[in-house]
Amino acid sequence: MTRALTILRRRLVGSVFVLLIVVIGSFLLLEAAPGDAVDAYIVSTGGDAGMIELLRHRWGLDQSELTRLASYLWALLHLDLGQSVTFSRPIREIILERLPTTLILMGSATALSFGLGSALGIYAGARPGTFRDRFLSIGSLALYAVPGFWLGLVLIVVFAVDLRWLPIGGIETIASGKTGLTRAADIATHLVLPVSALGFIYLALYLRMMRAGMAEAWRQDFVLAARARGLSRRRIVLAHVARNALLPLVTMLGLQSAQMLGGSVVIESVFAVPGLGRLAQEAVAGRDTPLLLGIILVSAVLVVVINLLVDLAYAFLDPRVGAGEASA
Amino acid sequence: MNRLRRFLRTPEAIAGVLILALLLVMALAAPLFFPGDPQAIAGPALLPPFQDWRLPLGTDRLGRDVLAELFHGARTSLAVGLAAAAAALLIGAVVGTLAGFAGGLVDEVLMRVTDAFQTVPGFLLALAFVSIVGPSLSVVVAAIALSAWTGPARVARAEVLSIRERDYVTGARVIGMHPLEIAFREVLPNALPPVLALSSVIVAAAILTEAALSFLGLGDPNRVTWGGMIAEGRTVLRTAPFLSIIPGIALVLTVLGVYLAGEGVVESTAVRRSLS
Repeated sequence: MTRALTILRRRLVGSVFVLLIVVIGSFLLLEAAPGDAVDAYIVSTGGDAGMIELLRHRWGLDQSELTRLASYLWALLHLDLGQSVTFSRPIREIILERLPTTLILMGSATALSFGLGSALGIYAGARPGTFRDRFLSIGSLALYAVPGFWLGLVLIVVFAVDLRWLPIGGIETIASGKTGLTRAADIATHLVLPVSALGFIYLALYLRMMRAGMAEAWRQDFVLAARARGLSRRRIVLAHVARNALLPLVTMLGLQSAQMLGGSVVIESVFAVPGLGRLAQEAVAGRDTPLLLGIILVSAVLVVVINLLVDLAYAFLDPRVGAGEASA
Repeated sequence: MNRLRRFLRTPEAIAGVLILALLLVMALAAPLFFPGDPQAIAGPALLPPFQDWRLPLGTDRLGRDVLAELFHGARTSLAVGLAAAAAALLIGAVVGTLAGFAGGLVDEVLMRVTDAFQTVPGFLLALAFVSIVGPSLSVVVAAIALSAWTGPARVARAEVLSIRERDYVTGARVIGMHPLEIAFREVLPNALPPVLALSSVIVAAAILTEAALSFLGLGDPNRVTWGGMIAEGRTVLRTAPFLSIIPGIALVLTVLGVYLAGEGVVESTAVRRSLS
């Protein structure tokens, strides 16, 4: 328990600095964008141009940049992300509405790519250098070369347009009045294609990492020892070789989360899934810079949290991690 | 020559080089084979592929020649991919060298900035940058570089950390060279090989990011891009799926070619290292 606390404390301090840099960076981008909140307000409400100066003063926009950065930070500390121009609503509300969908999409896609990727990686790495190993390595590379949004379109053409097995987009059947389990099943069928499009791309990464890790592990002495003890090949592969190769994949889970979030932007717009990614695209289309930066900040926080969880999981899986610092 | 032969040992590397060569020919010969504006109307709209020998891959929704667009799209993809990767490698090498060589506070600050860039999803950052500055080819290149320099920076820093303790660096100090001169003239060139080993992955990622940006309508509006073609075709996905599928295949082959050639290079240098 103390080990987990040590890791948590050390990582939290670093994370605060990193997030501060992200906030300052997004403030600079906000400054670089043409127009300010008052312009946006006047445009969206069609208000009187004579009020511009008054509003600028009231909202503190005529202050120096440093003062404005301070008030921006102060607002963020109160979890106030500002007002969306296109939606005319608080940004926090909109993001919180969209976040669960993206989390479900990302979670399922991660489970798919991690599960299937490591399983195929074990299959390929069990006999390095054979035909199936070579075939899977090249095949996964080809898959990794596929743009996610294009894979999504191809899946739509095949499974939604030609075969009509699955819905073409959206998150659930509109106004179907479904509740409980039937609604969950409805959402699940809507998610099959987007999750596959997002998950299959990253599958290759886990497959190749698993395979490489196993090729490395085969050369270790403990494999020789296991062989000498007369263990079955299956047991050596699963309990000794694969198990040792699995640990780096856990780290990859955290590192991949930022990429996954970026990938979900395009996938969500292809499948019209109303998540955070599609919101980002809507923000771009509506030239809603505050909303876009709000999404970036929330994504950064999300990535930090996911990496923190992965670190804790890693410490749980590998007792050596953090043990040194805890006793020191 | 020996090196080239070693590089072309595996069938994968040969396939990669062939794909890239074909692509380069397409990109360079586009104005020769298809002079004039590739976005001009060339025939009837929505002509399917392999119907008319003058328009072998058919036409799109507005009657533009798909093959001509494909050739001109290769130019954009290659140009953006290579330029963005070069910029990312350069920024990464400079930041990594400064951080590793200076150490202390400079190192701490630069690495936290690198962390921050890695925390923000790269594609979202590129999206925000392009949408704020406005889409043009150079802005797209900058946006992609901005989201891709962190990997090279980390690798360069790690390499510099091991190099800066070498004797020739101490020697350069003794003869009174300026630290910046040591960092960039003595240390950086020697730290480059592992950084350059990342280039195939970065070029591939840059091409994919460019495609995704154009797909979302954030590419340079005055240029044909494969991502833009896919987005165009998407509006008639039910009736003419080939319009989205053809440029997508070109993208997949291009990125695969980059990966395969990159693996070939890494493998051939790995053999060389184990020999020496």
